[in-house]
Amino acid sequence: MGVMSEFILITGRTTEQGTALHKGKDSDEYRQATGFVVMSRADRERLGVEEGRSVRVRTAFGETELELREGELPSGIIFVPMGPAANTLIAAETRGTGMPDSKGLEVEVEPL
Amino acid sequence: MRIENVVCPFCGCLCDDIVVEVEDNRIMAVKKACANGRSLFLNAHTQAKQPTVDGEEVKWPQAIDAAARILTDAANPLIYGLSSTASEAQRKAIALADLLGATIDSTSSVCHGPTTIGIQSQGEPTCTLGEIKHRADLVIFWGCNPAEAHMRHFARYSVSARGSLTPQGRRDRIVVVVDVRPTHSSRNADIFLQPRPGFDYEVLTALRALLKGEALDVTEVGGVNVAQLADLLERMKSCRFGVIFFGMGVTQTEGKYLNIVELLTLVAELNAHTRFTAMAMRGHGNVAGADCTLTWQTGYPFAVNLARGYPQYNPGEFTAVDVLARQEADAALIIASDPVAHFPRQASQWLSQIPTIVLDPEGNLTARIARVVLPTATYGVSAAGTAYRMDNVPLPLKKVVDSPRPADEQVLDWIIERVKTCSA
Repeated sequence: MGVMSEFILITGRTTEQGTALHKGKDSDEYRQATGFVVMSRADRERLGVEEGRSVRVRTAFGETELELREGELPSGIIFVPMGPAANTLIAAETRGTGMPDSKGLEVEVEPL
Repeated sequence: MRIENVVCPFCGCLCDDIVVEVEDNRIMAVKKACANGRSLFLNAHTQAKQPTVDGEEVKWPQAIDAAARILTDAANPLIYGLSSTASEAQRKAIALADLLGATIDSTSSVCHGPTTIGIQSQGEPTCTLGEIKHRADLVIFWGCNPAEAHMRHFARYSVSARGSLTPQGRRDRIVVVVDVRPTHSSRNADIFLQPRPGFDYEVLTALRALLKGEALDVTEVGGVNVAQLADLLERMKSCRFGVIFFGMGVTQTEGKYLNIVELLTLVAELNAHTRFTAMAMRGHGNVAGADCTLTWQTGYPFAVNLARGYPQYNPGEFTAVDVLARQEADAALIIASDPVAHFPRQASQWLSQIPTIVLDPEGNLTARIARVVLPTATYGVSAAGTAYRMDNVPLPLKKVVDSPRPADEQVLDWIIERVKTCSA
């Protein structure tokens, strides 16, 4: 088992996710557009993982393996595009609002 | 054939200047649209596709029969989606929910549902995007990234658009982005404030305190320097016409509707100094229409249950994620949306446990687990209708190509007629 590290997860739309969904959600474009995690260079180096390698992202509600990408993010925050992979990490609890906590989740990232 | 002034139905911008070139009922070119809009038009299905029941292709009457039986056999059916179809179809979906005593909810519940709850508490400042284009000289984007989600918003309405009082476009406006991370939108901004995730409420409260003339005995709030907040507040008070566009960064984080109440309260208080407004960045093309149509038909904008013969509204109880995660729905009709791709797993898994009907042009992930799949024409491409822009202005959608597939409205009509005979 690799070194685990704690982050705050933000999910959201990207251009690629938006255009790929018209090509079909079983398309390679859609899988690629929703199957990665972004973190800052400093965090990536601290974890000791190269870009393009897989990491396991885990919350109290589920886990998934995602390709690591480097991007302009504050240290301690990771981003996953909205889609099937992000959904495995989000709880269905809505605290009486109908809205799950889709942003600001505590997650662990483990290099594979 | 060149068709001008086509409304793109992809996102809440509903850009109405799209040019579509059609030859032999095929879309050959799409002009002026963003990458998302172009992808929608160029990938729209115009070929025939048969409905399926349990994975087998069947004729339409058999599929409608199967759908109607699932819905009439259910004790607590859920009708969900609605945001990527025309308001004429939304109206039929509500009539069907009424007939069945169903729960009906739209994708609003997982995007701007908290905004609606906040508006019900605090009230809503309204204006059109046209007013913003012509008047706004301070434009704030809070927790949203239009450069990737509403790509032409800047050019058509809010940043570089030239209006009668903003003749120089971008140079006549101060643009502010508030976000927890740098985005393509923040790179366009004059001022970028970067709070820590989950601290929007605190930052908004600090701005309200400063507006009241309170001195803050801290140097930063939620990761934002108080001097920066004081500078922003002065700009807010002294602008001619200010607007805060806000998105999922505020509605999906901790606090949810309370963040919206605080944001709308700040905006209301700013109106003692100048004209200030706020607008939700609505995602899907007709999600605002789902709110409008449900409100005009039932009195409530989302999370509506009709089991008692009259509408009841309760987010958290009648919202789709909750109804599914608590395993209360015993059948589902999903219209023009894809909850299996976008709901937390616990909620989407229940959809595969119950008989689910999908009414959608796309072979989406929900269709894969559905018992009945009803492939329809694409609204705004091969079906006409009405959609509401993010400022609640209704616009007519054109049919630019013919499709052998029926429109959503037609299919819902067939289901309604069949349910009436099943129930008789």
